[in-house]
Amino acid sequence: MWSYEKRLEFPVNIKEPNAKLAQAIISQYGGPDGEMGASMRYLSQRYSMPYREVAGLLTDIGTEELAHLEMVATIVHQLTRNLSMEEIEKSGFANYYVDHTIGIWPQAAGGVPFNACEFQVKGDIITDLMEDMAAEQKARSTYDNILRLVDDPDVCGPIKFLRMREVVHFQRFGEALRIVQDKLNAKNFYAFNPEFDKCEDCGNNCNN
Amino acid sequence: MNNQEQLLHDIGIVCFVLTELTLYLDTHPDDRNAMEYFNHYNRMRGQMEREFSQKYYPLNLSLADCSKEWRWGEAPLPWEGACV
Repeated sequence: MWSYEKRLEFPVNIKEPNAKLAQAIISQYGGPDGEMGASMRYLSQRYSMPYREVAGLLTDIGTEELAHLEMVATIVHQLTRNLSMEEIEKSGFANYYVDHTIGIWPQAAGGVPFNACEFQVKGDIITDLMEDMAAEQKARSTYDNILRLVDDPDVCGPIKFLRMREVVHFQRFGEALRIVQDKLNAKNFYAFNPEFDKCEDCGNNCNN
Repeated sequence: MNNQEQLLHDIGIVCFVLTELTLYLDTHPDDRNAMEYFNHYNRMRGQMEREFSQKYYPLNLSLADCSKEWRWGEAPLPWEGACV
């Protein structure tokens, strides 16, 4: 269950359209390391996660990713609204325009549509948290690449904010991994997958 | 920035502090100082959002008082970029 707040997590108010930049930034909407994959990854990984603190963290970070998805969509929307037909043709935006006009559709910068194979739910606590940490770094690299393409301060501000959040989420997932490893067998973390295996003594996933 | 923009801007800052504290507390659930910060900013958020809703428009449905008009439906949408 979610409730909606009619404001962005960080303000986006772009005055100058720039279709070329929009085509790069849309990758963080529906591209391989974008916010759609991020939110779906964390929110989907929750259900078989037996440790409440980790499932709670996945819920809260997944929810924040939905707010980031909305921010990225807002950036693309504000970069493409008020475009003239001439600007659409000159900026190379015609290929996107022909299918979506100036609507927001999840695709990568190269035009590849969003695909659930861009994230994983392995059902193995160590694998999933490692994937989450890697995903945060991949998104951080993408924002770094975008920042090299941007000189409009109206775009730079929210992109820098999004980049910073990737670093914080990476830190929190690292702490979650440490919490999990403290509960596992220190001699062999892989001996017992608490998302699937049951403790012989009590039948739960306590691993005692 | 006019008063409406300033208040929404300040709400954004307080809510960001709460987002940050929530994630921190998820992995540090015994940090009493962080919990005190959380309670402090959570109260502040409630007051500011109620004030914003009374003066301008409701930011969420729990603040939508629609005795005369459907204020929720008339509120500006975040991607419009007019009031941020």
